[in-house]
Amino acid sequence: MAYTPQEWMVVAAAREIRDGEVVFVGMRLPLLAFAVAKCRHAPRAVGLFENGVIRDTPPAELLYTMGDNPNIHQAVSCTSMLTVMGLLQRGEVDAGFIGGAEVDRFGNLNTSYIGPPERPRVKLPGSGGGVDIACLAKRLLIIMPHEKKRFVERVSFITSPGYGDGPGWRERHGLPRGGPDVIISTLGVFRFDPRTREAYLASYRPGVTPEEVCAHTGWALRVAPDCEPGPVPTEEELALVRRFDPDGFWTRPRA
Amino acid sequence: MSKRMTLAEAIAEHVRDGDRVAMGVHLEALIPFAAGLEMVRQGKKELTLIGPISDMLFDLLIGAGCVKRVIAAWVGNVSAGLGHNYRRAVEQGVPHPIVVEDHSNFTIQLALLAGAYGLPYVPARTVLGSDILRVSPALSTAPSPLDGKPTVIVPPLEPDVAILAVQRSDEEGNVHVWGNLGVAVEAGLASRKIIVLAEEVVPRDIIRSDPNRVLWPSWKVAAVVEVPGGCHPSPVPGYYNRDHDFFHQYHEESRTREGFLNWLERWVYGLPAREAYLEALGERWASLRARRSAPSVPVDYGY
Repeated sequence: MAYTPQEWMVVAAAREIRDGEVVFVGMRLPLLAFAVAKCRHAPRAVGLFENGVIRDTPPAELLYTMGDNPNIHQAVSCTSMLTVMGLLQRGEVDAGFIGGAEVDRFGNLNTSYIGPPERPRVKLPGSGGGVDIACLAKRLLIIMPHEKKRFVERVSFITSPGYGDGPGWRERHGLPRGGPDVIISTLGVFRFDPRTREAYLASYRPGVTPEEVCAHTGWALRVAPDCEPGPVPTEEELALVRRFDPDGFWTRPRA
Repeated sequence: MSKRMTLAEAIAEHVRDGDRVAMGVHLEALIPFAAGLEMVRQGKKELTLIGPISDMLFDLLIGAGCVKRVIAAWVGNVSAGLGHNYRRAVEQGVPHPIVVEDHSNFTIQLALLAGAYGLPYVPARTVLGSDILRVSPALSTAPSPLDGKPTVIVPPLEPDVAILAVQRSDEEGNVHVWGNLGVAVEAGLASRKIIVLAEEVVPRDIIRSDPNRVLWPSWKVAAVVEVPGGCHPSPVPGYYNRDHDFFHQYHEESRTREGFLNWLERWVYGLPAREAYLEALGERWASLRARRSAPSVPVDYGY
């Protein structure tokens, strides 16, 4: 069954959510991946949303934002941001799931400024809850489209910290836990070397090659010795993606 | 005592040039767009906007020249992408330069929490290691006096006025709000005064029947404004859904300065009355209305 790179990315991302986990679900693509995971392999996962919503069932319809009414209807709880952020800060969130504009080899994300903050070339929207999730979740899942200009050697501005400049950095800054576990892009799945804290290519989308992934990455990307094609989406998974995104708003290829 | 006013009166009397204004405190839902558009029509200047994520509301106020400073975690267009007016203001000083004070959602909430409860500051463990700490004039770190670990110090924020959208209010400003609350509780309590933008003004008995749903004491409320459809294009649970296309059209049209000025002409200056604005949406407005009712079971406060 044919699928778009975006659909593959969402399927690969959904598979990172484990059953029974408490997941802090960020805006945009994580909304879709969480809904797919809930329906397929993680029926007992619970989603926390920064607007204060707690949900344990998939929404009835496509979500454009977490504040859409279908995300409120039949929620477990509609509470304040303080409740969900407090649970996150206490260490009760297993996985945080966010997107990003720019990521680097240590999993640091920039969603704030391209160029110097005092005179940026591009003003990006900012953190939202991204930095809170990156600092405080037990593990961080990052999902973003793969472009060379987005996968950079070093982000110029750390909005949401990954491993900073390598081992020991998070500890030195007083971060209580966590760090990136995986980056899922339209080209592949990247994991982090526990020794160097550097992202490496763990698997790639069927149909592309590790060489192509490296060519589209802005640093000398290491490729795992056992790197192999990543999951082939099942018909069930694709049907779920299309159920929650019937017109391909999130998953059709963009120009 | 009735505090009912028209929207134009409330904005004229209670939002002054230079004020610090909290808006969009529920994040993507219950955004008081009608109040924002009235601020544009009245030519408010030098405002400081405070809010975590306001979808495109802050972007359009910036483009309209109302804003001097933004204290926010995220400014853009949530389902469509970057905020073009925000970009033009920060990157090119168009229509004039603005000051950006970066926060995270959590730190802006904690700042409002400190303001709400009269705390000198709130300690936190977020944003450690982030460059937000480096560029934010408000946030700093200090060793915790208890264990010496790095702690972020979040100082209080006390807006001059919070513009808070609700489903229903009585004429004194006792309100019922449901759905996600975001930072609404803290923003209302932290502000010197509140303008309530209600879908409906209802008799006080209705509000009194369910006091758990009331978020702020009504003495903080300076004005109660009834504006059905006042949050369009953002959603209001139980009333209407989010108008995604409207956000996306704004995103396309505001790509150029000229396109944005045309958008303002059409949707803000050309349609000062909310009824006319909603009428201009045509059949789309009817299609956004809640399609089916999903009422909660009443609770019993009997004794």
